[in-house]
Amino acid sequence: MVAALGLLVGIVAGVLLHPEVPVFLQPYLPIAVVAALDAVFGGLRAVLDGIFDDRVFVVSFASNAVVAALIVYLGDQLGVGSQLSTGVVVVLGVRIFSNAAAIRRHLLNA
Amino acid sequence: MSADEQPGGRPRVPAAPRRSPWRRLVRAGRPRATRGQLLAGLLCAALGFGVVVQVRSTDSSGLEDLRESDLVRILDDTTERGDRLADELRGLEATREQLTEGSDSAQAAERAAAERATEYGLLAGTLPASGPGIVATVSDPGGAVRSTHLIQLVQELRDAGAEALQVGATRVVASTAFADAPGGVLVDGATERAPYAVTVVGDPDTLSTALDIPGGVRETLRQAGAQLAVQTSPAVQVSALHVLSAPQYARPASPEPSADQ
Repeated sequence: MVAALGLLVGIVAGVLLHPEVPVFLQPYLPIAVVAALDAVFGGLRAVLDGIFDDRVFVVSFASNAVVAALIVYLGDQLGVGSQLSTGVVVVLGVRIFSNAAAIRRHLLNA
Repeated sequence: MSADEQPGGRPRVPAAPRRSPWRRLVRAGRPRATRGQLLAGLLCAALGFGVVVQVRSTDSSGLEDLRESDLVRILDDTTERGDRLADELRGLEATREQLTEGSDSAQAAERAAAERATEYGLLAGTLPASGPGIVATVSDPGGAVRSTHLIQLVQELRDAGAEALQVGATRVVASTAFADAPGGVLVDGATERAPYAVTVVGDPDTLSTALDIPGGVRETLRQAGAQLAVQTSPAVQVSALHVLSAPQYARPASPEPSADQ
């Protein structure tokens, strides 16, 4: 409930403030967002598994975002930025799907 | 990183026997002031914020977040398009130049035609003329002046460079004919009576000198009993007009090469 509320507050804040994304962050923000999304789905799955731990959630959230951005940064430096960011998005997408599948199995028994 | 890494997640079996996952979700979602709830809310707020910001910046995406290869492609496209447009511009400018030149030469031709029309109008007597010249008045108290006298007078004036000429109220042109008439002289069918005022545009000195040469017009007129009075003026008006009629028989000869031989 608090998490959903926080999500709502964040969206409203983003809509109201509509801040400019700093140029140096622009290539990494989308990847970081996808990584954070993955962490949130993982956390939801952990809640349903009954093994949710706030410390793990926070660390996984932050490290997911940072590592994803770092990988893309490294890829940009190596000249394979677009390919590597595609790879990261694919991997995170697969993880999000598997987490969503686990959540679905819990909630719908299917 | 996420669920997989929950400490002891995999080996541990949930302590409670089999609670409904829905109830577990509701229980977890129930607002409590625990650190976990707060942190999750905070992180979710950050996520929502990031999502919105990213969506917005994607919506208003300019060139700044494109990759190098895309930028190079766009630059190529733009350069090519610019080249094409520059070509088009050059073509259009050339066309405009041609059109301007064309209208310039058309204007020049028009001006030249107007000038020529003015010259021809003066020569043909269809335009009034003014300028320096003389007014020669032939007074004829005895009625002795014949058409030959006037012809001689006109010839002498033409010889002296008369450019426009009128006798009485009749313009004298190339086709003007003089004939004797009772009480006067027929000039182009109109009867002129004494005194005959001849208005001439030309160099006044040359014209008046031409009339005074020994054995010339003045002497002839005096012998016939008439008087010639000459008055020079810096501005005389030859305002009588000759009415042109289209030639009935004459046609321009076609300038064929064989005509020269």
